[in-house]
Amino acid sequence: MLNIVVCIKQVPDTNEVKLNPETGTLIRDGIPNIINPDDKSALEAALQLKDKHGAKVTVISMGPAQADDVLREALAMGADETFLVTDRAFGGADTWATSSTLASAISKVPYDLIITGRQAIDGDTAQVGPQIAEHLGIPNISYAEAIELDGDSVIVKRMYEDRYHMVKAKMPCLITALAELAEPRYMTPGGVFDAYREKEVTIWGRDDLDVATENIGLKGSPTRVVKSFTKELKGKGTVVNLDTQESVDFLIEKLQEKFVL
Amino acid sequence: MDFTLSKEHQMLQKLYQDFAEREVKPLAAELDEEERFPDETLVKLRQNGMMGVSYPKEYGGQGCDMLANVLLIEEIAKVCATTAVILAVHSSLVPSILLKHGSEEQKQKYLTPLMKGDYLGAFAITEANAGTDAAAQQTKADRDGDYYILNGSKLFITNAGKADVYLVLAVTDKTKRSRGISAFVIEKGMEGFTIGPKEKKMGLRGSSTCEIIFENCKVPKENRIGAEGKGYSIALGALDIGRIGIAAQALGIAEGAFDETVQYVKERKQFGKPLAAFQNTQFTLAAMKAKIDAAKLLVYRAALAKDNQKVFSLEAATAKLFASETAMEVTTQFLQLFGGYGYMRDYPIERMMRDAKITQIYEGTSEVQKMVISSTVLK
Amino acid sequence: MNIAEYKGIHVFVQQVDGKITSVSYELLGKGKELAQDLGCDVTAVVLGSNISHLSKPLAKYGADHIIMADDPALEVYTTEPYTQAMYEIIQAKTPEIVLCGATAIGRDLAPRLSARLHTGLTADCTKLEIDAETKNLRMTRPAFGGNIMATIICANHRPQMATVRPGVMQKTEPDDNAQADVEQFAVSNLSECQNVEIMEIVKKTGAKIDIQDAKILISGGRGMNAPENFSLLQQLADEIGGTVSCSRAAVDAGWTDKEQQVGQTGKTVRPNLYVACGISGAIQHLAGMEESDIIIAINKDPDAPIFEVADYGVVGDALKIVPLLAQEIKKLLAAQ
Repeated sequence: MLNIVVCIKQVPDTNEVKLNPETGTLIRDGIPNIINPDDKSALEAALQLKDKHGAKVTVISMGPAQADDVLREALAMGADETFLVTDRAFGGADTWATSSTLASAISKVPYDLIITGRQAIDGDTAQVGPQIAEHLGIPNISYAEAIELDGDSVIVKRMYEDRYHMVKAKMPCLITALAELAEPRYMTPGGVFDAYREKEVTIWGRDDLDVATENIGLKGSPTRVVKSFTKELKGKGTVVNLDTQESVDFLIEKLQEKFVL
Repeated sequence: MDFTLSKEHQMLQKLYQDFAEREVKPLAAELDEEERFPDETLVKLRQNGMMGVSYPKEYGGQGCDMLANVLLIEEIAKVCATTAVILAVHSSLVPSILLKHGSEEQKQKYLTPLMKGDYLGAFAITEANAGTDAAAQQTKADRDGDYYILNGSKLFITNAGKADVYLVLAVTDKTKRSRGISAFVIEKGMEGFTIGPKEKKMGLRGSSTCEIIFENCKVPKENRIGAEGKGYSIALGALDIGRIGIAAQALGIAEGAFDETVQYVKERKQFGKPLAAFQNTQFTLAAMKAKIDAAKLLVYRAALAKDNQKVFSLEAATAKLFASETAMEVTTQFLQLFGGYGYMRDYPIERMMRDAKITQIYEGTSEVQKMVISSTVLK
Repeated sequence: MNIAEYKGIHVFVQQVDGKITSVSYELLGKGKELAQDLGCDVTAVVLGSNISHLSKPLAKYGADHIIMADDPALEVYTTEPYTQAMYEIIQAKTPEIVLCGATAIGRDLAPRLSARLHTGLTADCTKLEIDAETKNLRMTRPAFGGNIMATIICANHRPQMATVRPGVMQKTEPDDNAQADVEQFAVSNLSECQNVEIMEIVKKTGAKIDIQDAKILISGGRGMNAPENFSLLQQLADEIGGTVSCSRAAVDAGWTDKEQQVGQTGKTVRPNLYVACGISGAIQHLAGMEESDIIIAINKDPDAPIFEVADYGVVGDALKIVPLLAQEIKKLLAAQ
């Protein structure tokens, strides 16, 4: 049977993030955590392949203990087995250390196809997928908008800015999913109950993985964040509140001043 | 005692909110305006296992508990009371009777497709002369060999015309009054079974409510549920479950109105400040919030009682009474905060007020709930 | 790893169909600035097949040296052959900084390459500078949906790698007389890493002007109310010689194409003039346009955040103001 591994990340729903107008700082309280949208698309694509061809879908997430929630959600959508890679030793990882940790976790389970989201909405790096493929020494196809199986190969619609390539690769390989790849299904109510009452999320800690200490966590991260700050907005200009004709006159005057007209 | 929802119920709530927001809310105004039944939403409910949440998996259900279904009806009712009542009626009365009193054969034939959502269910007890006085049934079922011959009609039947399966009470022995009433499963299309015209209603305008008529309708004896003469007690037992469903609907309507109002009073400005800055607004919101929370606790308590207790008539009746009265009060008071805009169909608050009214009437009026409650406490 | 052995700046030059992608010139411009701070040279690295014609424009836009890996296996981008080629070049040349455009190619190539080189990579940078003291590259990028900026360093690994969002850095003034030496680089192991076969290439037809190349953008958001109202924006754009773009709300509502979206999840633009019509200015939108030279905002809500970044703000209904503005401009231009 085909073995598909999907990597998902729990992320704060950044669409809900607001700035405190007085302090200019982020209001993070009460922001819901969700499955990263591209990852959810990856999971749905895997579940569709399972529906069509039969497959075992294994979902792996790396993160803090509360990432249990997103793995339960994956189970409620139809995933077969889930693993949470969690340990203080993995903390502070950049994409290099994250991908090396995840690659080590993935290598513990059988896989033909690995699907990850293209990027996470909190970091937007799009790095972890291709880096996992490099660590595992398998081909990767990024930016997928469609996936089909063809015997022991996959055929993928690989998107670029102004075109797409239809590409074919033998499995095992790794694909990164665009949100457009697959519209995620809803969980079923019974699936939700089973996810908590019948199924398990297996926890993997530091000692469960065969990965060198210099390749994980903060120590295994080549990059360091040295400063983070909220963005300063450009200074406010002139704002007028006039009737329609006066507004247009004002704009024309300014456009002429600036030699646009 | 812990008043927080379990992890699984919290996740269900999130699921239902997401579903209601994306699939149900966008249609709500249109269903009301055009008095249109949401066929497409039922397809989606079916596809996502939401037609039989609290029933066993072996009969096509999802294997969850009553609270799981109450949360669903509540979330749907927040955005569309029409869709909520269709679901509440479908998932409460008929399947609970089939599960408790049906034979294995009847369960396979009717319960499983109902729970999978392949069939829609309706429940028919009310008649022109048997409303709150439900024992005064006049529809007759006369035995004729392997069949019963039904004659009579039932009024105000929710889902009528859309349902595939109707659970109908009819008199098999007139001399025994309530002990002479039996329950039958009637299928759409049976000879002598017709649906009357759709009623024009004040609220829940998208749901289908009709009279159903039996003229020498020939029903196989295998379609009788439980023993002859047990129909009335079977129905009364199910009404407790039905009341919890309607209580959840009423709760949802009140919460939906609350959400709309909070948003409105922050946006709408009078005298140079938002309505939310006025104490009248603040106090109204506060008082209604307290009632909504109280209704919520009563409704959830009733759902747990259904799963954990043999008898839960009191819990069901208090929940139904308080939630429906709250829905009416909340929507009326909030419409007042909206002022003239509230009376216009541009905002959903007037629809919510119209929808709330029926919750005080059907599945036992508020007065009936008071009878149930008082008879229990004075026992 | 002996960090001191790594010298110079390499810019991965993206070519598609034998044409250099605009962001590569921007990176040469930025690379030149950084090179001044470091006292080193900028090398353009270009991969492809039959690409000798590309050396001239690269010199013109600031490359001191050019490395070409000219091989039929590199004609069209695929991940592994490109990774292998870049890997061999970097191993041979040991640059201290490698820059890539944050494009659908760069954001695939750079991560795979950084994993193979065992070095750090910072994605989608909007600012690059040299630390005066340590001479490390300080890479600043938005995160958290554009809400937070983070400055990142890669102190103990080389090369320091960054992808840079198109439209953020400035090209240098082209110098027609500039010269650069060209080195042909033979990649050894290309045949072994061709694991992905391209079956078909389909170009999107009817492609509009890329909003990142537009000098004037007329941008619409939720306040345009309906898709048909975007024709008002088009009329204004036609009069003033601009291109229509949009906010995420307009894309989410299905009114416009994702290609036209400005913002953190869309494209970063820095036109000479950006006219925001019915756009409230969510952080993620501002992240994509606030570097524009002149920003005009038209919005009904006087408290809309877009006014915080606008040079000229008009409180009013874009649906009324935009058509009248188009009309007046037309009159004005006809009179000139």
